[in-house]
Amino acid sequence: MAIGKEGIKGKERYKSGVISYKKMGYWQPDYEPTDVDVLAMFRLTASPGVDPEEVAAGVAGESSTATWTVVWTDRLTACELYRAKCYKMDPVPNTGEGTNIPQQYFIYIAYDMDLFEPGSIANVTASIIGNVFGMKALAALRLEDMHFPVAYMKTFDGPATGIIVERERMDKFGRPLLGATTKPKLGLSGRNYGRVVYEALKGGLDFVKDDENINSQPFMHWRDRFLYCMEAVNKASAATGEVKGHYLNVTAATVEEMIERAEFAKDLGSIIIMIDLVIGYSSIQSMAKWCRENDMILHLHRAGNSTYSRQKNHGMNFRVICKWMRMAGVDHIHAGTVVGKLEGDPAMIHGFYDVLRETKNEVNLGNGIFLEQDWASLNKVMPVASGGIHAGQMHQLIHHLGEDVVLQFGGGTIGHPDGIQAGATANRVALEVMIQARNEGRDYLAEGPEILKKAAKTCSPLQAALSTWKDITFNYESTDTADFVPSATGNN
Amino acid sequence: MMTNYRNQVTQGQFSFLPDLTDEEITLQIKYALDQGYAINIEYTDDPHPRNTYWEMFGFPMFDMKDPAGVMVEVQACRKTFSNCYIRVMASDATRGTESQKMSFIVNRPAVEPGFRLLREEREGRCMGYTIVPYACDMPEGERGQ
Repeated sequence: MAIGKEGIKGKERYKSGVISYKKMGYWQPDYEPTDVDVLAMFRLTASPGVDPEEVAAGVAGESSTATWTVVWTDRLTACELYRAKCYKMDPVPNTGEGTNIPQQYFIYIAYDMDLFEPGSIANVTASIIGNVFGMKALAALRLEDMHFPVAYMKTFDGPATGIIVERERMDKFGRPLLGATTKPKLGLSGRNYGRVVYEALKGGLDFVKDDENINSQPFMHWRDRFLYCMEAVNKASAATGEVKGHYLNVTAATVEEMIERAEFAKDLGSIIIMIDLVIGYSSIQSMAKWCRENDMILHLHRAGNSTYSRQKNHGMNFRVICKWMRMAGVDHIHAGTVVGKLEGDPAMIHGFYDVLRETKNEVNLGNGIFLEQDWASLNKVMPVASGGIHAGQMHQLIHHLGEDVVLQFGGGTIGHPDGIQAGATANRVALEVMIQARNEGRDYLAEGPEILKKAAKTCSPLQAALSTWKDITFNYESTDTADFVPSATGNN
Repeated sequence: MMTNYRNQVTQGQFSFLPDLTDEEITLQIKYALDQGYAINIEYTDDPHPRNTYWEMFGFPMFDMKDPAGVMVEVQACRKTFSNCYIRVMASDATRGTESQKMSFIVNRPAVEPGFRLLREEREGRCMGYTIVPYACDMPEGERGQ
């Protein structure tokens, strides 16, 4: 096996003492990744005065077999196989000399598949984002993308339900699903909380949702919430003839408590439960397995992700979270709105949605897909668009996000001047009329405002929604962009 | 009478809009055919939300490429089952989907009485819920007379 120009071999390589990571064999620019290699792509900023190639080799080393000094015990192993190899390094456009950003590099590292335990996100993360982010030799590091070989992908169950089966169970096809998060998110009693759920579902939404921090607080214990919500769900179902659901958040202090709450949700006939990203990778996989065994849809709220995904130079890109969560087995994940109140460059969000919904991702630098990914036969994840969206944006939402998505209008439903049912109805009418126009071959993006205005003539709830929120947009530059196709958050 | 918006069962893609005209239905069918979907027509007198298997009005029209041809079948179904729910469905055989992609109602019974919600009181304030369509009070074959 080639070990790169600067790598050294044999007795010299294993002399006690310290040699550079490059010399140890973690820098191999002529290495060709094999089809059983796991690949990781990082954005690297070296510490001032440090050779970036050496830092890149250090990242490969510390995320696989290396330690800071030579150890003779390497020679008892197939160490050249187990050593990760940094095989490619490209300067990031618009960084370094002549800019106000220190020079960054995209570095590509290959890992033999057998460095990782089958079917364990925790194990993947322990290597890939374990030690390396704290190395003194680097100023900042961000995990941008990963590729997993099909053989390794098949060791994961993937989504418990997936988009196709969720739609079959819900009996809802050919349009985005509609949801809302109950507001205020904290403080309502169980009885009052269920009122919001009932009104929104009867008015036309498919789902209502607990917020990320609704668990079992003094003002509303979980069991009480579950009972009132299921009364609301069933009553709304009987009022409309439709399958309805409420994401019951089972997040709790221990997995045992979460399972207990999930079991109760199942006994009450709920079709869906919910967890937060903060419960951790292993807990997520446990809940996904439970959902698979119990025919339950699993909604994941990405609570906490922005603490490590938002800054461009350090942490990890949300697209990697999307990949891990599809492997871990969730059915829904919040993945951005493009037009709403939360962070999100349009091209980046298209990339997240592709990761969640396509059966194979080709490289697409404009959308931030650096590495191809064959999803084998893992189910597709339903992305959820939530945060500062309203009926007046329906044409933009469908244009950017397509039809396999849950559009969640929290304030845009509950804040309606004529009440929650009217708010839900406005959203549903706007959605149906826009899907109708799209299917009729109209230029619905350009004609959107006109289409909505016309529909509002025979729908007073939509009329009221359009006049209440007509000027609401969130025009801010995104912090995270592709570096290849510059663009601003779209709101036009 | 149902008390929701439009006082009717809201299954399918367009139940919140005024009933689609035949021209509008034709455009939706054209869209489905342009996507390569196969269309089939189904009818029922039981609108329960989990009544998955409506009766098939013939086979899915795998080789039908003309929206007008599908409309002939829609009209024939309406003529025979005028007081039933009739829906147009479209299936996509593409790997990774292999399921329905569209579903919308094109005919309704004259009266939509809605659903009874039965509650079975269980231990610990738990409730078992059963939804029963009033339309199903009569035996099959005698409904909607």
